[in-house]
Formats: sequence, C-alpha cells, structure tokens
Amino acid sequence: MTGEGMTERGATDAIDVSGAIAALRRILPERGLLVSDEELRPYECDGLTAYRQLPLLVALPETEAQVVAVLRLCQEIGLPVVARGAGTGLSGGATPVRQGLVLSLAKFMRILEVDPVARTARVEPGVRNIAISEAAARFGLYYAPDPSSQIACTIGGNIAENSGGVHCLKYGLTVHNVLRLRVALIDGEVIEIGSGALDSPGFDLLALMIGSEGMLGVVLEATVKLTPKPLLARVVMASFGDVVSAGNAVARIIAAGIIPAGLEMMDRAATAAVEAFVHAGYDLSAAAILLAESDGTPEEVAEEIAAMRAVLEAAGAGEVRVSADEAERLKFWAGRKAAFPAVGRITPDYMCMDGTIPRKRVAEMLTRIEELSEEFGLRCANVFHAGDGNLHPLIMFDANVPGETERATGFGARILELSVEMGGTITGEHGVGIEKVRQMCVQFSARELSLFQAVKAAFDPDALLNPGKAVPTPRRCSEYRLTGTPGAH
Amino acid sequence: MDDCAADFAEQVREAAAVKTPLRITGGGSKDFYGGPLRGAVLDTRRHAGIVAYDPTELVITARAGTPLTEIEAALAGAGQMLAFEPPHFDEAATLGGVIAAGLSGPRRAAAGSARDFVLGVKMIDGRGELLNFGGQVMKNVAGYDVSRLMAGAMGCLGLLLEVSLKVLPLPAMETTLRLEVPQGRALELLNGWAGRPLPISASCWEDDVLMLRLSGANAAVAAASRQFGGDSVADGAAFWRALREQHAAFFADDTPLWRLSLPSVAAPLDLPGVQLLEWGGSLRWLKSGAAPGRIRAAASRAGGHATLFRGGEEARAEGVFQTLPPPLLALHRQLKRAFDPAGIFNPGRLYREF
Repeated sequence: MTGEGMTERGATDAIDVSGAIAALRRILPERGLLVSDEELRPYECDGLTAYRQLPLLVALPETEAQVVAVLRLCQEIGLPVVARGAGTGLSGGATPVRQGLVLSLAKFMRILEVDPVARTARVEPGVRNIAISEAAARFGLYYAPDPSSQIACTIGGNIAENSGGVHCLKYGLTVHNVLRLRVALIDGEVIEIGSGALDSPGFDLLALMIGSEGMLGVVLEATVKLTPKPLLARVVMASFGDVVSAGNAVARIIAAGIIPAGLEMMDRAATAAVEAFVHAGYDLSAAAILLAESDGTPEEVAEEIAAMRAVLEAAGAGEVRVSADEAERLKFWAGRKAAFPAVGRITPDYMCMDGTIPRKRVAEMLTRIEELSEEFGLRCANVFHAGDGNLHPLIMFDANVPGETERATGFGARILELSVEMGGTITGEHGVGIEKVRQMCVQFSARELSLFQAVKAAFDPDALLNPGKAVPTPRRCSEYRLTGTPGAH
Repeated sequence: MDDCAADFAEQVREAAAVKTPLRITGGGSKDFYGGPLRGAVLDTRRHAGIVAYDPTELVITARAGTPLTEIEAALAGAGQMLAFEPPHFDEAATLGGVIAAGLSGPRRAAAGSARDFVLGVKMIDGRGELLNFGGQVMKNVAGYDVSRLMAGAMGCLGLLLEVSLKVLPLPAMETTLRLEVPQGRALELLNGWAGRPLPISASCWEDDVLMLRLSGANAAVAAASRQFGGDSVADGAAFWRALREQHAAFFADDTPLWRLSLPSVAAPLDLPGVQLLEWGGSLRWLKSGAAPGRIRAAASRAGGHATLFRGGEEARAEGVFQTLPPPLLALHRQLKRAFDPAGIFNPGRLYREF
C-alpha cells in the first residue's frame, strides 16, 4: 500500500535531531537509545505488518524517572511519542511516526506484587498478559482477559487497546479487570487513577484511559483484579449444516438464560485451515462450528452443559460433542486459538477485521461477507467471538500480486462499514490505530470526533502522544468521504 | 412519548449563550446526594420510554427519563436483570439518574458496577450538540470510552438522552444465609471466600451478624450453601431489597451517613459511630458525628475514600466527595471545559471548582 494513511508526519518537522539525541542520551541508560536504521528496523511495525515506518529514534527507559524525563523532553522540543509494549497489536497502534520517538516499555517487566487475599496483582506495563496468570496460579487465581496473543502481548498494550479475549462475555474486558493505574502525562506529571477500592471520587478516568490507544498518557504501573480459577471447565462442540442455524443457536443459548464462559464460532474455511494445522477433530463437513464453554463448580458445569446440549440439538446441530477431560477441552480450543496462524499457513498474507454487530445479525453478516468475497475475488475465513457478536473475518490475499492489497483493503473497509450499518462498531477489541482511522469517519459525526479531539487536548494539548492514530481530523474525514472506499476491480 | 432531544438541545444552547446553570433532574430520588442543587431545572422525565430491548442481545436501550421500575419490570418479564442492582431510593428514580449517580447495589462486588454495564449513550454536550458514543454491542473500542465516563459524573459533563446497558439473566436460584461473627473475622472470611470460586452474590455485615446471598445454578447454590454453615434465612429477598434501598433499620436516623469505599482487605476502621459493611468489605457505611477530616483521613490511610452520603448539613459545606489531588483536579477541570465550555451543567454538584 502506498500514499496517505500509511504514515503520518509528526506534529513538527523542525526538530534538532542531534540535540534531541544528546539530550536523550543524558536521560537514558547505556544502550537505551537506538538511532541507526539497523537498530530501528525491529520497531518499524507492530502486528499490522502491512504498515511500516522507521521511527526517528527508539528509547528504552528502565525507570519511571527516565520515562518522565523523556516525556518532558519530548514536550519541550515537540517530538512525537509512540508508546510500545510487545508490538503485537493488530491495528497499528504502535506503528511509528517518521519524525517521532518510539517509547518502548519492554524493560518494565516486573511483577511487583501478587496479593492473594486482596486478589490483585501490581505489575509494570511490559509484563506479558499470561505472566500475570502464571504468577497467580499458585493461589488458584488468574487474570481473566485472554487475548489470543496472550503469551506475547503486554498488560500495557492490553490497557491501551481495552483487549478482550474468548472469555469476556462472562468475565469482562480489560476495563472490567483493572483497578488502578499509575500514568505519566506528556508534561511529566505522574497521576494515580483508580485504587484498591472498587470506585474512586470524581470522573471515571480509568474508563477513559483504558482503550485510549496511547493517546492520553503512558501507563507506568497497573493493579489488576485476579479471579478465582473455576474448579472445572468443559466445552461443547457442535456442528451445523448452515451458518444461519449456527447463528440462531447462539441467540437461543442466551435466550435460555445461559452466559457461557466462551462462545465461539468458525466457518468452514476457518475450520479447514485449522484442522490441517492442529488436528483438533473438527467436523470438516460442517458449514459452521460452535464452541460453547461452561465453567464453575462440577454441579454447575453439569447443569449448564446439559442445558446447552439441549439448546444446540433443538437448534439443529448435527454432531454435538462434550469434552471428556481437560486434555480434550484444550484440544477443542487449540484450533480456535490457532486460527490466525492456521490461516496464515494457507495464504501469503491476510488481514484480520474486528467488527462487532448485534448477535442476531451474525448469520446475515456471514452471508454478506460471502457475497463480498466473490465481488472482490478474495477468500475469507471467519472466526467469531459469537457470544459478543465480535467478528474476525480473515481476508486472504497476496501482497505480491498487483492490486490484491488494495482489494483486500477495500473488502475489509466494506465489512467495517456493514458492521456500522448493522448497528455495530468498526472495532470490538483490536483498536482503531492507523488501520481503521478512516472508518472512524463512518461511525462518528464531525461533532463527535471534535469532542474526542477536545478530550485528547485535555490530556495532551500539543497532540504529541501517538499522533495520527485512532481519532481522525475533520479534514481527513472530508477527504475520505470524497474519495470513498477503494472499490472492487 | 415525544422525542424531546431537539427541545433539550435548544434549552442547552440558550443556557450556554447566557451562561445560566442548568440543574438536570429526573425523579429527584437522589437530590440528597452530592453538592448543592443549582440552576434552572431541566426535567428529563418528558423524554422517556424503552427504545429497544431484545433479550437475546442482552442489551436494553432506554431514554434517560424512563422510570427505573419500568426498565426492571421489562427485564424481569424476560427473566433478566440489571446485575449492578442500582438503588432506587424512591420509585420516581429514572435511568438517567441511575447512571449519572453511578451507584450500584448489593451485587456490585460479584457482578460489576453501573459503569461496567454501560455500553453506549446518546447525549447533549454543553454546546447543545447531539452526540452518540459507544453502542448496543458488547465490545466496542472505537474512540475514547465517553459512555462509561458519564457513569458517576453527576451530570456535570452532559445531558444523557439515552443509555444502552448490558443485562444478564436472573440467577436460577438465590438463597440467603446468616452467620454470627465479629467484624474482623467477617472480613477475613469474606476475603478468603472471594479468592475461591464460590457463588456469593452479596454480603452484609452489621452488629456481629454476617448475611450472605448465594446465586447461580440450582446445584451450585445447594452445594455451596452446605459449605458455609450458618442458618438459612426465609425471606432473603426482602432483606437485600431493604439494604439496596437503604430502608434497613441501620439507615433510619439523622446521624451523618458516610460511604467509605476501601480495599476489601482494609482492617476494621477505628472510628466513632456504627458501621455496616457490604461488597465483601469494600463498602463500609459509617454513621458518625466525627469530624469529616478524621473520617476522610482514615479512609485515605486505608487506601480508599469517603463520601458524605446523607445528612451532616454543616460538614457538607466542606464538600461531599473526597478532595482530588491537584493534578487530577486539573484534569477534571480540563475535561469539564471539553464537554461543557460554558460550565452550565450541574455546577458544584460534584466539586465546587466546576
């Protein structure tokens, strides 16, 4: 891809680079500042690899005082700052700015405290999501949000994106599982928001900070809530001959008063890709497969599994299998968790969409995606957090074939616009980043966008934190409305 | 009912033009809560009614002036509930007031707070602009989370027109148990239980009696209730309703009532007066004539904050909510300016500074 949207110029072009380097070297530890192209290369993109941009510099501070000093300097000299965790984000939230600094929080890897009685963990932002659960495991506790990238992604990045996972219908998103944040503002002021209590006086700044995509502040430390591990979990796998029945089955489970711990759906293309990769035993003849998990006490799980089985059978499921033991449960899930890499094996490139729609429109959306797939001449595998109505269509393409990247982008944009039309959103859990900044103009009016800008200015008046991401300027929106979506060929 | 959004927007624009404060009000059930009431009344009750409710979506959308009782009746009809159990305090309570006050009831520690269940809002900002944030779906990270910011903002950032909330199924079974234990032991027990996968959905300690509510699947509740011991209480539902609405005997007098929000593990507070604990120890009601400064300092030391919830007319002059540290107060003022540049919405209801 080329042109506007790929890279944004920083807020200023008149930076004294050698002066900035000298000042940063005085703040940062030895080897804490990367300047050569070779050193900067690993930071040129995040999980959204279609967008690449070398930053001007990368800073790797090791202490809070260093982060604060870096931010103060950036504000003083007008240098844009892009905070970065593990760089696993899928929307380009950590894509560098050409005339800007990448502020890596990778050195902040300490789990400062696990309090089993208070059921909290206090961690630095570079701690990996799964490391929190591992540290809490000996107390029978875990950190509930479990994005697919949880072995690599950091809690700081999760907070920036308000990450979800396969269990969020029952256990909530990041915003429901973070109690307190220590945040550095662009002027170097360090604030504490939230607390060890369940609420705080004043505006709910925690809600505002979580999911703000690094645009309002830099997280220095987080206290997260730990959840008791359920005694037992079992999963039901059901296959359906058509996507409409599978979609309806989802609604019927909810209507039966059940909130499954996880409720996931894969279409035939996704199942085929996954089965070849992990051999989970999926029914390859099915048009769609549902995975529904129940967790809790053994009595609870038995009652819920029986209820779900009855609903699924009544909804027209062909085969219904219940995991017999933990090994089989993990096997059933292995396929779903490996869906992205599995699809990655069968196509040179793919783009992962992240729209959310009302559950009742899932079947309709799948049908529309199939039509679009034909229109754009590109294959698409569908993986859904069905319980949340959160779709992850994986559009397959080959960036080396001229025009395919543009077609894939156009296809993706149409899915996102459809999500908005159906009463949903362009992003359920991956964030807007750089990828969907144009579609923000579809979901929000100019008035709403200008309120977002005002919120941003309340925290970061010079717009130095992650410029060009998440919230488009009115000018970009009018350009987008004029040129529209790249069309099918 | 008519759609009053355009009327309200006009009223807001006029008020903003001449910088006249507006006092946003629904049923007035929480007039006692927060700072003084100032400004020309803007009554949201004209803008009422459930806009959309499909039980299989687990979402209800209603206008801000809709009575909470109407919403709860619609949900109960489909076997669902507002899991944060908002208090009504008065049957006139409206949805807008519930969200603006951001108060949650007995189930909060187990299920989440009012803000946790907010999915989207339609609102009018201080410029009189109609704005939509969030939506009617479970997951939505497009733009800053303005809808959740509205919960507990006491109407200081905007006029809520419509709110979409996540709803949950009613538990298949609920039962209430009664145990006799002193406060320190009750806190130990509650924190220990909270670290295990047990179906506790509410707790209340007062005067050496600990009440527990268990909710969930039939078999789970039956099995768990055997583990706790204690006596089964016949009309548990009435007990929790009285607690939620503050109709319980504890709340029936004129001593200043303080709401202390603390980490659940905080040791029993040594303060004059009597206490009632909820939320596994995270919420501590204190009836006390002690000096506000002393109460707030104790709450701070314990890692939380104190709110003068009811009464204490003299003490109210010093503010109802715990003072914010200067950098946070500065951010609050900047946000207030971003949403309400003329400073017309409920001035002083949250903090006297805005």
